[in-house]
Amino acid sequence: MDSLVKTVVSEKLPVSEELLIKKLVVGSGNGPRVCIITGIHGDELEGQYVCFEMARRLRAQPDAVKGTVEIWPAINPLGVDSVCRGIPTFDLDMNRIFPGSYDGHMVERVANQVVDDLAGADMVVDIHSSNVFLYEMPQARVSEMTAEKLMPYAKLLNLDFIWVHEAATVLQSTIAHSLNSIGTPTIVVEMGIGMRITQEYGDRLVAGLFNMLTKMGVWTAPPDSSPLSTPLLSTDGEVTMINSPFSGVVVNPAPHSSWVKKGDLLSQVVSPLTGEVLADVTSPVDGLLFTQRGYPVVYEGSLIARIFSPKQ
Amino acid sequence: MERIEILRMKSPFRDDFVIQGFHFGGKEKTVAIVGPMRGDEAQQLFVASQVIKNLMILEQQGHISDKLGILVIPTVNNFSLNVHKRFWSMDNTDINRMFPGYDQGETTQRVAAALFEAVKGYAYGVQLASYYMSGNFTPHVRVMRTGYEDVAAAEAFGLPYVCLYEPAPFDTVVLNYNWQIFGTSAYSIYSGSTDVLSHDMAKLSWQAVMRFLNSLKAISAPLHPGSRSLVFEAGELQTVASQEAGILYNRVSVGQSVRKGDLLATVLDPFTGEQLQNINSPADGVVFFEHTKPLIHQHSRAFQILPFHS
Repeated sequence: MDSLVKTVVSEKLPVSEELLIKKLVVGSGNGPRVCIITGIHGDELEGQYVCFEMARRLRAQPDAVKGTVEIWPAINPLGVDSVCRGIPTFDLDMNRIFPGSYDGHMVERVANQVVDDLAGADMVVDIHSSNVFLYEMPQARVSEMTAEKLMPYAKLLNLDFIWVHEAATVLQSTIAHSLNSIGTPTIVVEMGIGMRITQEYGDRLVAGLFNMLTKMGVWTAPPDSSPLSTPLLSTDGEVTMINSPFSGVVVNPAPHSSWVKKGDLLSQVVSPLTGEVLADVTSPVDGLLFTQRGYPVVYEGSLIARIFSPKQ
Repeated sequence: MERIEILRMKSPFRDDFVIQGFHFGGKEKTVAIVGPMRGDEAQQLFVASQVIKNLMILEQQGHISDKLGILVIPTVNNFSLNVHKRFWSMDNTDINRMFPGYDQGETTQRVAAALFEAVKGYAYGVQLASYYMSGNFTPHVRVMRTGYEDVAAAEAFGLPYVCLYEPAPFDTVVLNYNWQIFGTSAYSIYSGSTDVLSHDMAKLSWQAVMRFLNSLKAISAPLHPGSRSLVFEAGELQTVASQEAGILYNRVSVGQSVRKGDLLATVLDPFTGEQLQNINSPADGVVFFEHTKPLIHQHSRAFQILPFHS
């Protein structure tokens, strides 16, 4: 059998339904195992297109898979299916409860079963889409502790940016940290924005994933000839955050993914009631606008942009 | 009493967001009491309001120290309380995952920073807290083990139980952890319910806070000495999970003593009403936590039993 849908988790819900976490398994099992997972946050949908495309192409040429590729579209199926970022009924961010506990509450038990099933994979790629507020260039995020091991793989994914971040204690509850800490390499990809699919980004990541599968010896079909992106590395520069100085509505955004100069207008915060421009938000640095506000209503402090400035 | 404005922030379309504090007594930073950070903590708001009401009465009677200071912040998040959302009404972030805060960061980081600036440096900190899972607790004091905890002082609340627990990774960004790291002896009071008022449990809780203030001589009030606290580790609680999903028909309430094998609840088929599972107590003890929502998932925490010590 070349592909198979498997149910990893099945838990009874109160009224005539089960919580089901399913994965598509393509390949022979003889070789590396790579898992593409997404849908931990129910409002992040960019990974759905990637899963669709990966599943479609893999199933069209199952004999080209030497090893196993797994596609997990919804780690949090209740959330994805009910437009809820967290786990419905518990109001919990699922990506703060890993590795979970088999003897714990249902949500902890589900988290634990997911980690158990993914454990031992040769590579896991966890696809996110920021949230409904921010629009992200395709990027990988890896912690300082895992950078050396993961960076060579992240560079294969056809992304624009690799952000090596500090190992914050609070992030120890994420699925990526949980898997990395048991020796299952896991890369987090962030791209696009919540509640939408940016197909162009999805196509790019799919090409990158096949590139990685090829380099790992899992995908043996002739490679796509289209050129792949060489990502910028955060370690080669500095990331600056720009927060809104006022509460209001954001208009006139600078083009996303553009290079900006210090002093360039990034956006304006305006008052719809009075017609006033409350603030011109300008760039404090030269650099690449890789994160941009997508949801227009802001409070003081809401993130407006992130800019990466390469070292001179 | 002095009313203090701790933070004022413009909102895009609503009234100004304001955190208010009520200061009693002298200038020494003795006790800071923080009410709801989440929008469903009506019980905690009620408890905070009763503490303030009683302090105002004591102030009129001249029974508040002119040396030791008490700061009560009845809520940090009236915006979410007013729209019935648990977390920050705009972006659904949790203020109690943002400490010690950052005054140049995102909105709830700024809220946390303003609050922390106001309450740090106090000798004692009391948070009126709720649990991440919906349900009722026996009123108790919870103390995080950070290496800086003062367990003996927790017994001065006079509540029947003091629960000690090890911090999880996410706890490093909650108020109580940061309070302790910055030198404040911090306690959480769990006052039974969250989004419904439980009058008796609320009274136990605000009386416990007043008793604590009395023990520090921040107030002088004729109060019942309270209970002798049973101090235990959270790991001693025995969780009783549902093996089936359906309608949860509870037979006991928090605080009730049970014997091993006693029927705690029944899970019923939601269509036929037939009994799917009897949930029985695993030990002689007291019902410490109960799931209160009428529907329950499979493998969910239905009860926690604190076994009686021999």
